[in-house]
Amino acid sequence: MYAERVREIVSQHGRLSVPVAELADDSDLYQAGLTSLATVGLMLALEDGFDIEFPDNMLSRRTFGSIASLAAAVEQLAAKPVLV
Amino acid sequence: MAADALDDVYQRYLSALIDARLLIPSGVRGLYGLGGVFEGVVEHFEAYVTRMGAHLSPEVMRFPPLLSRDTYGKTDHLETFPNLLGSVHSFLGDERHAMELARRKEAGEDWSKELRAAETVLIPAACYPLYPTATGTLPPGGRTVDLRSFVFRHEPSDDPARMQCFRQREYVRLGTPDEALAHRNFWLTRGEEMLHAVGLDAKPVVANDPFFGRGGRVMAATQREQTLKYELVATVANPDKPTAIVSCNYHLDHFGGAFDIRTADGEVAHTACIGFGLERIALALFARHGFEPARWPAPVRAVLEL
Repeated sequence: MYAERVREIVSQHGRLSVPVAELADDSDLYQAGLTSLATVGLMLALEDGFDIEFPDNMLSRRTFGSIASLAAAVEQLAAKPVLV
Repeated sequence: MAADALDDVYQRYLSALIDARLLIPSGVRGLYGLGGVFEGVVEHFEAYVTRMGAHLSPEVMRFPPLLSRDTYGKTDHLETFPNLLGSVHSFLGDERHAMELARRKEAGEDWSKELRAAETVLIPAACYPLYPTATGTLPPGGRTVDLRSFVFRHEPSDDPARMQCFRQREYVRLGTPDEALAHRNFWLTRGEEMLHAVGLDAKPVVANDPFFGRGGRVMAATQREQTLKYELVATVANPDKPTAIVSCNYHLDHFGGAFDIRTADGEVAHTACIGFGLERIALALFARHGFEPARWPAPVRAVLEL
């Protein structure tokens, strides 16, 4: 459910060498030209976009490896219990 | 070990070095003058490095510890290590403006506000000035370059091994991916042998650069996963926490791409370097063998031609 929005943010901040539209959700973003520096910008944009904060243990290459892995991470972090 | 006790370990070694006139304090944390005995060890170790690299017939290049601001902008150091940066600022105003500068100093105000960025920044590593001079096509077989410079990193500390300004002696390889990686791996082994030969308990560890901020953690994890950086670590002040005294790095096409350096085949060049942290190596030697090189073990003295 988060993949579309993640895809949009990757498109804006990932500075990939191929159009994001050509990538599958499980395509390797590093193969697609994601640099470690662009990863930082992407992380900050995802945090702003979803109002989340990546904990240290998720700041790894695996988390940022594909749109699917990012969407899964965002889903996990955004799924905070709602207090009423 | 508790944090306070740990701080003591570093401060005790620092005090001992100052008492022995090996380090001369400057009033700024991490900035020292070096006594003659210290500098003598650095010189002898450097000569040892020269002997061990002679078979490579490296091109010797020596740069001042400054880099053009424009060149610096082509690297991503500002984005990845903004907290370590040193930038040269000077006074570019007229006489009237100079009066204001002096008035601020006199009044104990912050006069640096009157300064403007000059053409240069301080180099964070000895190999940075090399790359912009290498733009273009490498000869077949690439190049091997011998560099040494003071470098600057703004990280004030009481750990005598963490200096703000220190020297790196480097052998840099520019060439194909295979050539760069072979250079890194050759020196990782040769460097460890060299340190063992002078009695240091050095061992290689996979390492990462101290990239800035939380985003830097991703970069560090990536660097480690790709095993791009190894350090040779040895005991300096704290036996429980060895210090990196040599660094062996494979940069992939990081600098080749930024400075349009090409192999003879027209591919983007890959680069690798070994950097000897000269002051840290001397500190490790003093920690291991004592403060009087004349009394160091004969085999160590022989290797260093002391």
